[in-house]
Amino acid sequence: MAKSSDERVNHGTIERSTTLLFVLSFLVVAIGGLVEVVPLFRLDETIKPVEGVRPYTPLEQIGRNIYTREGCYTCHSQQVRPFRDEVERYGHYSIAAESMYDHPFLWGSKRTGPDLARLGGKYSNAWHVAHMINPRDVVPVSIMPAYPFLQERELKFDDIGEHLQALSKVGVPYDGVAILSAADDVRAQATGEKTEALLARYPGARIGDFDGQPGRITEMDALIAYLQVLGTMVDFSKVRVDGKKE
Amino acid sequence: MSKQERDPLTGQLTTGHEWDGIKELRTPIPNWWLITFVVTWVFAIGYLVLYPSFATTKDYARGLLGWSSTKELAEATGRARDQQSAWRTQLLATPLEKIEANEELRRFAMAGGQAAFNENCAGCHGVGAGGQIGQFPSLIDDDWLWGGKVTDIHATIRHGIRDGGDETRLSAMPAFGEILKPEEIAATADFVLSLSDRSRDATRASLPGAALYETNCAACHGAKGEGSRDGGAPRLDDAIWLYGSSREAVIRQVADPKMGQMPAWQSRLDEATIRMLTVYVHTLGGGEK
Repeated sequence: MAKSSDERVNHGTIERSTTLLFVLSFLVVAIGGLVEVVPLFRLDETIKPVEGVRPYTPLEQIGRNIYTREGCYTCHSQQVRPFRDEVERYGHYSIAAESMYDHPFLWGSKRTGPDLARLGGKYSNAWHVAHMINPRDVVPVSIMPAYPFLQERELKFDDIGEHLQALSKVGVPYDGVAILSAADDVRAQATGEKTEALLARYPGARIGDFDGQPGRITEMDALIAYLQVLGTMVDFSKVRVDGKKE
Repeated sequence: MSKQERDPLTGQLTTGHEWDGIKELRTPIPNWWLITFVVTWVFAIGYLVLYPSFATTKDYARGLLGWSSTKELAEATGRARDQQSAWRTQLLATPLEKIEANEELRRFAMAGGQAAFNENCAGCHGVGAGGQIGQFPSLIDDDWLWGGKVTDIHATIRHGIRDGGDETRLSAMPAFGEILKPEEIAATADFVLSLSDRSRDATRASLPGAALYETNCAACHGAKGEGSRDGGAPRLDDAIWLYGSSREAVIRQVADPKMGQMPAWQSRLDEATIRMLTVYVHTLGGGEK
């Protein structure tokens, strides 16, 4: 036992001097802070843009908001990790650039349900509708809550332009035209009519009546539009993310 | 500064402070704790040096071991691929029709096919591939909308149904609700339902819907409801009804038809996996030669 500790300069010295205690505490906190904060200043260099990643269409963005509102992220992650079992089950592991326009990101850390990072295109729209109305109808062992009300609620999208404007302030490249025509873009994507401008702004956007109710634009339309775009923007058969040539 | 004294029970010095008779001991941190603390520091520094750690101006410190998660992934998938490479090569080289004849290859395909099916297909078609009436076709009966030969199944899995691509399975039925009157649709539905009722073979032609069927439906579904796989028109002369067998369900389907959609899997799964799935689905019960 260090019985002579009372003779040495020790924590007692620090505790008796407020100035010393403050200076040393500041040093410790500063190190922690620097390690956490400095990398954020270099995000532009860290995230290498990848071909194919585009901002969400207004309809997808509203769907994303519904996904957040309903707390889907509490049970579903959106991040395929670079492990063999995950890659074989879900597809290519997630890369940073894929969520560069996510505010906030919804990577999640809890998988009560499966990962959804590569959900887009895996099921038909009709499957998603059936699954949302009652998950047990298509996955008998599912413990997911049912969301039938999404099919009934008319989508509120008169304020989506302002929403895009807010996102543009944090770096999502929505230009003035995209912001002004946001509501038109919602209608175009959900009805499949007058889609030229939408497709020019958001290449590859999935068009159509997502909820199986033509003539109505519901929250189900928006949510499924979002689920169907997840993980589909980057074509990994063409893009290599490890820097090697194909 | 008050006087420090030695505690008679523990032999430790006190801080010399006293609050209402309570004195604070200056017991030092136990050595085991101190040693553990130092060891964590040594470990952390070693970890920092050996593994990827902090960002540098242009890159990041890669660590002396050169470890990276993507490299680890490549090694793991590479090992698995090496173990299976002989089988996979054989699977890709064997013509689809001949895979099942090779007992060992069939078993390999079935094992992989079942795993891939449960992950990718069971969501709609069900774990037992029984499908779901009103939504998703059963794969264990011998009714095939787009053909039940291995080559047909292979093409359907690769290109999907109504999924956009050039080679996707494509057919569309008009919504007769906009073309015929409600009573005409009901009559057509009655005739369609009679097609699978053998006891009505003789009397069917006199049904009021017979002429309507002939004019509106026969071109795709065939004069006797035998269907056309090339045109993607389902058979109507069997008792298998994807969207329900009740009169109401058939009327609904004539008036405003549901048309299923299946994703094309060639962009999600590799060719070997698609071939495994093909063999698995083909052997489920209804496969055709």
